[in-house]
Amino acid sequence: MLAYSLKRLGVALLVALTVSLITFSMIYISGDPALAIAGEGARQQDVENIRRFYGFDRPIYVQYLDWLWSALHGDLGRSYNLRQPVADVIFQRLPTTMLLGACAITFALVLAIPLGVLAAVKPNSIFDRVSLTLAVIGQAMPSFWFALTLILWFGVYWRLLPITGQDSWWNFVMPSIALGYYVTPAVMRLTRAGMLEVLSSDYIRTARAKGLKPMRVLFKHALRNAIIPVVALAAVQFGFMLGGSIVIETIFQINGLGYLAWESIQRKDLPMMQAIVLVLSIIYVLITFLADMLNAFLDPRIRVA
Amino acid sequence: MAETGVVRAGMMTAEEILAPSPGARLRKRIFGHFGLMLGGGVLLLIILMALLAGVLSPHDPYDQQLARKLIPPFWHTSPKVTWDHVLGTDHLGRDYLSRLLHGAQVSLIIGFAAMVISGVIGTVIGVLAGYFGGRVDMAVNFIITTRLSMPVVLVALAVVSIVGSSLTVVIWVLGLLIWDRFAVVMRSATQQVRSLEFVTAAEAVGCSPARILLTEIAPNVMNHLIVVATLEMAHAILLEAALSFLGLGVQPPTPSWGLMISEAKGLMYFDPWLISIPGVALFLLVLSINLVGDGLRDVSAPENRS
Amino acid sequence: MGERVLTVEDLRVDIPVAAGMLHPVQGVTFHVDRGETVCIVGESGCGKSLTALAIMDLLPRSAKRTAMRLELQDQTLDGVAEARMADIRGNRMAMIFQEPMTSLNPAYTIGNQLEEAILRHKPVSRKDARKRAVHLLGRVGITAAEQRLRQYPHQLSGGLRQRVMIAMALMCGPALIVADEPTTALDVTIQAQILHLLAELQREFHMGLVLITHDLGIVARIATRVVVMYAGEVVETGPVDEIFRAPRHPYTQGLLACIPVPGKTRRGERLGVIPGMVPSLVGEMPYCHFASRCPIVIDECRAAPVPLTSEGGRGRRVRCIRAADVAAGALQAAGTAA
Repeated sequence: MLAYSLKRLGVALLVALTVSLITFSMIYISGDPALAIAGEGARQQDVENIRRFYGFDRPIYVQYLDWLWSALHGDLGRSYNLRQPVADVIFQRLPTTMLLGACAITFALVLAIPLGVLAAVKPNSIFDRVSLTLAVIGQAMPSFWFALTLILWFGVYWRLLPITGQDSWWNFVMPSIALGYYVTPAVMRLTRAGMLEVLSSDYIRTARAKGLKPMRVLFKHALRNAIIPVVALAAVQFGFMLGGSIVIETIFQINGLGYLAWESIQRKDLPMMQAIVLVLSIIYVLITFLADMLNAFLDPRIRVA
Repeated sequence: MAETGVVRAGMMTAEEILAPSPGARLRKRIFGHFGLMLGGGVLLLIILMALLAGVLSPHDPYDQQLARKLIPPFWHTSPKVTWDHVLGTDHLGRDYLSRLLHGAQVSLIIGFAAMVISGVIGTVIGVLAGYFGGRVDMAVNFIITTRLSMPVVLVALAVVSIVGSSLTVVIWVLGLLIWDRFAVVMRSATQQVRSLEFVTAAEAVGCSPARILLTEIAPNVMNHLIVVATLEMAHAILLEAALSFLGLGVQPPTPSWGLMISEAKGLMYFDPWLISIPGVALFLLVLSINLVGDGLRDVSAPENRS
Repeated sequence: MGERVLTVEDLRVDIPVAAGMLHPVQGVTFHVDRGETVCIVGESGCGKSLTALAIMDLLPRSAKRTAMRLELQDQTLDGVAEARMADIRGNRMAMIFQEPMTSLNPAYTIGNQLEEAILRHKPVSRKDARKRAVHLLGRVGITAAEQRLRQYPHQLSGGLRQRVMIAMALMCGPALIVADEPTTALDVTIQAQILHLLAELQREFHMGLVLITHDLGIVARIATRVVVMYAGEVVETGPVDEIFRAPRHPYTQGLLACIPVPGKTRRGERLGVIPGMVPSLVGEMPYCHFASRCPIVIDECRAAPVPLTSEGGRGRRVRCIRAADVAAGALQAAGTAA
């Protein structure tokens, strides 16, 4: 377990380093970042000033190492636009996005796991077919359109939920559903497939041969094994959700990282964009690492090797 | 477990008597699959409409007639409804049906082109990893993990905003970002085929890796490739719509379904059909592609082969 | 003999399949007394494992079980609600499976899985359950039982896991144990140990044991009585020595000719083979199931279903209209004629 964890941690660190390199080079995609900041039609003198001010005149590897060194010390640069340290703004907005992501993944799991279990217990039943059909339909709906449709029905026509903002828990209901529903089909399918496989395994027959009650067979012996891959999937999806929150936060005007990203992209706030991509990537790396550890912990065949 | 063997053996003997011809079996596999037929039909219809957009459109999709703006579609009972604009007009008085038809072109072009680019990248690295294993596999795995850790929508938006948006830029950005599923699937498919005996046999007679990859591996991973291709095309279409919706995809006045929804979102409380029509169109296109993908997966699954 | 533990009369299993109705078990009749080991033998696919699962009511969902009589001690098992059946299963009768490698849940410790069996049925404390688990692990020959309880199945070898399965079956002190080819998946050297253990425990706890096997050597060593199955039916049953000495069914005789007997089979002599294939069990088959492979088949064999009839006392029953001729050596005559 220790060797496995260390190896996995090493890979995670290497990935984080590579991501930092890619993120850093993002500003060079357009060619000259100084020109990009100054905007088209800027005077040559202004461009030169900007270049010197931001240090774009230094060799690239020096710029990268300098940026990386600062980043490791928590300094992600200053926002061009907000005139504030990037790190401060990000860590101020991050909790909102994490909260939204947590609500969304909870919604998805609470909906998808029971549905997947039920579908597996009665395969090919009407229930199974209906939930699979809903899954197929759900996966084809563009999230932003689904969000707008939710606003229209629940917010405008029925007036059940607040449309935008983040004043109360009610504000998080629609965004969580809009962000979480997309994951539901995948979790449901994996739960169903896992349960079907586990339910036909020999140890389930052993459990039944012991005379255990059906619920105990289902939850203690079957779900416990079928849930292991679902944990990994949920973690990965949570990571994707943080990235996908840009669409949802923009629509619902939730002041999280996604909304911040959208604002800084619109204003070409390069340090802010870079930092958000970096932070989200590192959170993803961290989450998948933790998920792997949790996975190994849940599966004694890995934990007690 | 011996008993299940018997149950199957019993079925086999009975099946052998009633076995349909291979052709009949293939027909049953394809036509017996309702989702595949439905999805294929709808997809074909959308492709035809996109191809014939120039002929079918009653108006020029760019033609603004502010005097005729916001005419509702035909099912509304407003006095403004006219059969001249079957699906109504948008806030600038452009014919919604014409924009929808041309928008189908944009979605299909971007979806297909991005899928091809990502397919080439993903397949090449996936097959190499699966075939050579060892260090190559480790390197490819690392690249895939790195790619997965970067948030797609965010990176795409950032790059598009830095480089400047155009149809070509959107296609390349998406194509360069979404190859991960191709790589993952092709890698494991190749690993499976690689361990089969005919590949070992080909190696034993001294075939070069290139030859083995082309003549032995490629035909046997094709079914997986086609399935992933459909799913990734749907993925690319959804991403394009999201980028355009956020204002950093296809630029106005080009008709894109995502952009149409974006332009209409301020008016959706008063004229909700403005977002429902392109939304439903997107939904149907993505659903039909996914149905075709799921159907192909079932049809080509080994357990359905004989 | 002691108390009657298991009575099976005309047990049938029907499974709907694409081609019609499959009848993998039909007309299975036998009984087990306390202290008896009854071996069910037959080639793979004759329905012996499904018979075991049918007794335990663990058949696949699609399978349908019917029986004239199916009783455990004085309790009928036929038509009993699942909740009531679950109270009996693992408590008054227990089962040992073929695959020790996959029959234990990988997510829980051995101790957890052993204790669970008794905690479900008896009003005992967790501590007492653990004590019983330790005691039984020791009894099935596992050393350092305390430590083993904390281990996970993947840390144990196949032989050890099968010992754990045996201990698990014994947790509630059942009257009957059904063992479905418990040694098939194990190494040859371990097979003998496990069988020896089973036979010993059966005597010690004075249980009824149904042992399903295709190994006639095992049968000869530990069986009290034998049930021979072919194509879903019991074709012959009786005390082990009589069956081995004087088989009355052509199939039993063919089966016995397939094994070498020390001192009887001459060096270089060819062992028997039964020509032909097992018939498909889809649909009704209202005549002798062995007819297509029988060397002494006559027209009457294909005319009507053959009943299982008593033959010469001591519980001998045979399903063959030419049983008397078989006993008189008709097969050997047919063999030399051919």
